[in-house]
Amino acid sequence: MPVEIDIAKVARLARLSLTDEQLERYRVQCEVVLEHAARVQALPTEGVAPTSHPLPRTNVFREDEVAECLDREEVLAAAPDRDGDYFLVPRILDE
Amino acid sequence: MTWETVIGIETHVELTTASKMFCGCPVDFGAPPNTNVCPVCLGLPGALPVVNGRAVEYAMTIGLALNCSIAPHSVFARKNYFYPDMPKNYQISQYDEPLCVAGHLDVDTDGEVARIGITRVHMEEDTGKSTHVGDGGRIQAASHSLLDFNRAGVPLMEIVSEPDLRSPEQARAFVAELRGVILRLGVSDAKLEEGSMRFDANVSLRPSGSTEFGTKVEVKNMNSLRSLQRALEHEVERQQALLDAGEPVVQETRHWNEDAGTTSGMRSKEEAFDYRYFPEPDLVPVEVDDAWRERVAGALPELPAQARARYASAGLDPVAADLVSRDPAAGTIFEEATAAGADAQTVANWLTGEVTALLRRQDLSLEQSGVTGAGLAELAEMVDDGRLSASAAKEVLAGVVAGEGNPESIAAERDLIQVSDVSALEPVVEEVLAANPDAVAKLHEGDGKVIGFLIGQVMRATGGKADPAAVTAILRGKSA
Repeated sequence: MPVEIDIAKVARLARLSLTDEQLERYRVQCEVVLEHAARVQALPTEGVAPTSHPLPRTNVFREDEVAECLDREEVLAAAPDRDGDYFLVPRILDE
Repeated sequence: MTWETVIGIETHVELTTASKMFCGCPVDFGAPPNTNVCPVCLGLPGALPVVNGRAVEYAMTIGLALNCSIAPHSVFARKNYFYPDMPKNYQISQYDEPLCVAGHLDVDTDGEVARIGITRVHMEEDTGKSTHVGDGGRIQAASHSLLDFNRAGVPLMEIVSEPDLRSPEQARAFVAELRGVILRLGVSDAKLEEGSMRFDANVSLRPSGSTEFGTKVEVKNMNSLRSLQRALEHEVERQQALLDAGEPVVQETRHWNEDAGTTSGMRSKEEAFDYRYFPEPDLVPVEVDDAWRERVAGALPELPAQARARYASAGLDPVAADLVSRDPAAGTIFEEATAAGADAQTVANWLTGEVTALLRRQDLSLEQSGVTGAGLAELAEMVDDGRLSASAAKEVLAGVVAGEGNPESIAAERDLIQVSDVSALEPVVEEVLAANPDAVAKLHEGDGKVIGFLIGQVMRATGGKADPAAVTAILRGKSA
C-alpha cells in the first residue's frame, strides 16, 4: 500500500531545515510509518468508538486553587534573550 | 443587483476562575509581567496539564445558557503552530469533540427578534501577550517582540455563531446580548477594552435570494461594540463595491483600523494554516452525565431575556430594560432601589441617562462609582418629598457617582435642600406680599399671571431654595 508524502512541506511545518539527503532519508522512513497506518486504517472498524486516549479514565480535574508560581528571574534565566522583565523574540511576521 | 449580508461571529471569553485552565497559576489581570507562570504554562519539558474543574462547569454554564446540547463525551486536542505567544508551540483546545454544540441566542433589533444559531462553545487556553517593538507597535513593521506569559493558559471559551446575522447592526446586537448573558452568568468580566471578551467576524455578501454563500472575509481587531458595527459596515461597503464592479472578493483576514475607519489585508495565506490537530495525550476525556448537566442547568441565574421580559411587563421602557437586564451591576442597583420603594422608571432613567453619562465622562465603571441601590432610593425619596428639585437631584447624583457620600449628606453639603415646610415658608411669603402691595391687589382681582412674579420673589428671598410647589400652594391659599 504505497503512500506518497510531501516531506518538504512536513519539514517546513515543523520549522526544520534539512539537507536533500536528510529529506530523502526521512521521506522513506515517514512513508514506512504511513504505510503501516494505512494498513491499520483498512481494518473493519464499524461500531468501534474512536480512541482518543489509551487510558480507561475520564474526568480528571483539579480544584480551582492557586498554586505557587516560578520565580521570574529563574524563568527568564532560561530565555535566549530578554528585555527587562520580558522575553525578547525576533519579529513575528515577515512582511 | 441587491446583496444580502451574511455575518458569523466568533467570540472569545476569558473566564474569571482563580487559577489557569491547566495549572495553578493565578488569573490576575495586571500582575507584573512573567510572574504568573509555572512549568505547565511555560511548556517546560515533563510538565503535565490538569484540567481546572471549575472552568469546565463555567463552560457548561455558558453552553446551557445558549441552549446548547452538552456533549456526553468531549476531548482536548493540540493545535500546533509556531508563534511565540504559546511557549509550548501548541495550544490546548477542543476541536472535533467540543463540550457544547447546536445552541441559539435570540437577538432583538428594534423589536424584531431573530434566532441566531450557536454552532459550538469549546474550551481552550489563552495565549501570552506580545508587544511589538519598533515602528509604532505595528506587527508588520516591528523589529522584535516582547512576551509576557501571564495570560498564557488562562481559561478561554470560544463561542462560534452560525452565519445567521444579516446586518452589522444585528451583529452588534448579538454581541451585546451575548455579553449580557456572560455577565449575568458571572463567569467572566467580559471587558472589551481589556480584551477579556474579544470577537472576530466573518463577512460575505450574496445576491439577495441566493442560498449559497459568497467568499468570506475575516475581520479582526474590533475592541468595542461601536467599532464592531463600524468595521462591519465598512467591510460590507468594500465588498459591495468590488462585486458591483464585477471584481472578486479575496478570501483573507483583514485588520480593522479604528482611527482610519478602514480594514486592510493582514497577510495572504499562500500556505494555508495546517494546525495538525491531534488528541492531547496528556489529558483524558471529559464526560458529562445527566445528573451533572441537570445540576448546572438548575443553577442557571435569570438571563437577560427573562429579566427584560419581567421589566417590560412592569412597564419599563426598552432602553432601560436592556441596560438593567444585561449589566448585572446596574441590575442589582435597580432591584435594590426599587425594592426600597423608588419608582422603577425614575431609577432606570437615572441609570441610563445621568449615571451612564457621568461614568463615561469620568471613565469609571458602575462598580467603581459610589452608586448604590440604597443611595438611589434615598435620592428618589428626597425628590418625592419635595426636598430636592429635579435639577438639584442631578447635582446630587454627580456627587454620588464621584463617591462623595449619601444623597442626604451631599445635598446638605452643597446646600441644595429645598424648603417646602409651610411654617418656614409662610413668613417669607408674608414679607414678599407686604413689600408688593400692587401685586397683591392684582392677585385678589384674579390676575393669575402675577403669581409667577410672586413665586420668583419668594425664590429670590430664599436664595432659590424654596420648593416652588409649596410656595404656589401658600400663595393660592392667600388669594382665595
